[in-house]
Amino acid sequence: MDYKKYVIVFFITAALFGSAVYASNYINNKKIDSLKSIEDKVSIDILSSETQFTLLEESSCADADSSSLADELSSLGEKIAASEQNIGSDDVLSLKRYYSLLEIKDYLLAKRISARCGTKALVVLYFYSNETDCADCAKQSDVLTELRDKYPGVRVYSFDYNLDLNAVHTLTKIYHVSATPSLVINDRTYTGLQDLPVIEKTTPLLRAFLPKPAAKMVTPSLVK
Amino acid sequence: MPRCLGIFYFLRLENTLKHKGFRGIVRFVETVTQYIIYAAAFVSIYVEVFLLVTFIEERKKIVYRTGSTVPARYPTVTVIVPCWNEAKTLEGTIESLRGLDYPKDRLTIFLVDDGSTDTTWEIMQKYEHDPQIRIFQKENGGKHTAMNLGIKESTSELIGCLDADSFVDRHALARIVTYFDDPKTMSVSPSIIVHKPKTLIQRAQSVEYQWAVYIKKVLGLLGGIHVTPGPFSIYRKAVFETIGYFRKAHNTEDMEIAFRMQKNHMKIEQCNDAYVYTVTPPSVRKLYRQRLRWIHGFIRNTFDYRAVLFKESYGTFALFTVPSGIVSIIAATLLFSLFVINAARFIYEKIHEFISFGYHFSHAAFHFNWYIFSAHTSMFLLVILYGLLIVAMLIGTAMAEGRFKLSIHLISFIIIYQIIAPIWLMNAIYKAAFTRGTSWR
Repeated sequence: MDYKKYVIVFFITAALFGSAVYASNYINNKKIDSLKSIEDKVSIDILSSETQFTLLEESSCADADSSSLADELSSLGEKIAASEQNIGSDDVLSLKRYYSLLEIKDYLLAKRISARCGTKALVVLYFYSNETDCADCAKQSDVLTELRDKYPGVRVYSFDYNLDLNAVHTLTKIYHVSATPSLVINDRTYTGLQDLPVIEKTTPLLRAFLPKPAAKMVTPSLVK
Repeated sequence: MPRCLGIFYFLRLENTLKHKGFRGIVRFVETVTQYIIYAAAFVSIYVEVFLLVTFIEERKKIVYRTGSTVPARYPTVTVIVPCWNEAKTLEGTIESLRGLDYPKDRLTIFLVDDGSTDTTWEIMQKYEHDPQIRIFQKENGGKHTAMNLGIKESTSELIGCLDADSFVDRHALARIVTYFDDPKTMSVSPSIIVHKPKTLIQRAQSVEYQWAVYIKKVLGLLGGIHVTPGPFSIYRKAVFETIGYFRKAHNTEDMEIAFRMQKNHMKIEQCNDAYVYTVTPPSVRKLYRQRLRWIHGFIRNTFDYRAVLFKESYGTFALFTVPSGIVSIIAATLLFSLFVINAARFIYEKIHEFISFGYHFSHAAFHFNWYIFSAHTSMFLLVILYGLLIVAMLIGTAMAEGRFKLSIHLISFIIIYQIIAPIWLMNAIYKAAFTRGTSWR
């Protein structure tokens, strides 16, 4: 019996298997690295906005706008969520913690700007869970994506209810969040799945965030 | 060792249950299935690499002849054509045998009618006066009884079998007999090619059969062949005189005889440049039945001959061919079950969502990014496996057609077989376990 060949083939197979593991790790690490750099950039941007706002104080509210940051944050959030599903390592978890902190900082900054400058603001805090016990969370996420598309100025911050991060725990305590999905819309807490029509009904302020129609058909009779 | 592992896993499971409840069980099951998938992938890659390494190592030993082949001597041969309702293809089969490039006085053809109910016997009678042909009629008793009748009547040195749905290439026999120059060779099988594939199912099989040309040759070089197929396998008459005649064996008599030969340390060769064309099932339903019969036969024969499994003295047959067959059956069944479970879970969740929420059209809001592509290890393993499969198919085509060509039907082969193969595998396991038989057609 040619045992040598059986052994050699074993090593070739192991090498192929190993290269599959290596390639997977390599690509995942690349992804994590690029996520880290995006996160760092967003972090610097937030710090910059904060600093700018502090420097200017109330003198120029027009310059203190961080809404473009919110978009960047939400796209980062999507990437982290996808990576969490596909990679699911501790690295992604720490990225997620960092991301949650950035969200809270952005949330606080937006609150301060709104209070000082009197700009209209609508903030939604969304608490979800990735565990099997939250069947409605996927639906709620869809609803919020739809909400953001329909009302562009609304800021939505998502937090993993089970994330091991004290700042998130504090948020849940402040707003008495004890189940998922939960929404906090302008400081009021709603537990359970909230359909878009329901949100629209409970939050009339939303209407102010409807985008202005691009080309208005103005008829003479209406001008009068 | 496996029992230790079992206890280990049981303890872990108990521990997990205590601490994490239902969520823990789900995670635990997921982890275990992942390891099983990895193990199955490892073994599959091992099998493909093993065959490839052997091929590269032994490629110089493989001969490819073109045109007329003149063997050192022409042993006497009897080719038996067992028939049961073969009126449609019988004449073609007989004509292909008569056209063989082999001396007429060294080749006898036995046509055995195994109680046909169609015009098979009438067709045979047309050849009654052909000095090369003898015809027999008997009551229906199964293919093996028709073969055994022919073997008993024959006085030739070599005995061949040709299913009545197959046609031989005119050089096939002359090339096969050269392998009998080695006195240890007891049986030789040819390369089987799909006869005029028409339907999609037949074209998919055509790719598969070419692939088998390579696999069978490598197994032949290693002495690990586990089946001497009905289309034109040739045996020394001494085989039957030593280990007995064909037996009723789960409708796979050609497999059982090969298992028995291996058990008796008889050498089985594969003649890669002898071509036989066979009619293959044209529809999914017929293919399904055929494969059910084959796999069921494989499982039952393996069980009957379990004593030889993993015994070193029985060589590649016992250490590689049969074990890899068993592993592939288990792996395919397992992967398919996982697929079904996942699909069921997905559908359940969707229905649940639909009931609680109604249909939702917001998916247009989905934002594309490259993070959604999974770079999971299993993806790369799949790429490696398919890569090896494509290499194997290329070699098979080159051996069968003399040139490297990647058929478009490789895709239909992969798709069709991936969907239905697990079903016939599982049904075969079920039938084998509960001792139900299979039917021929």
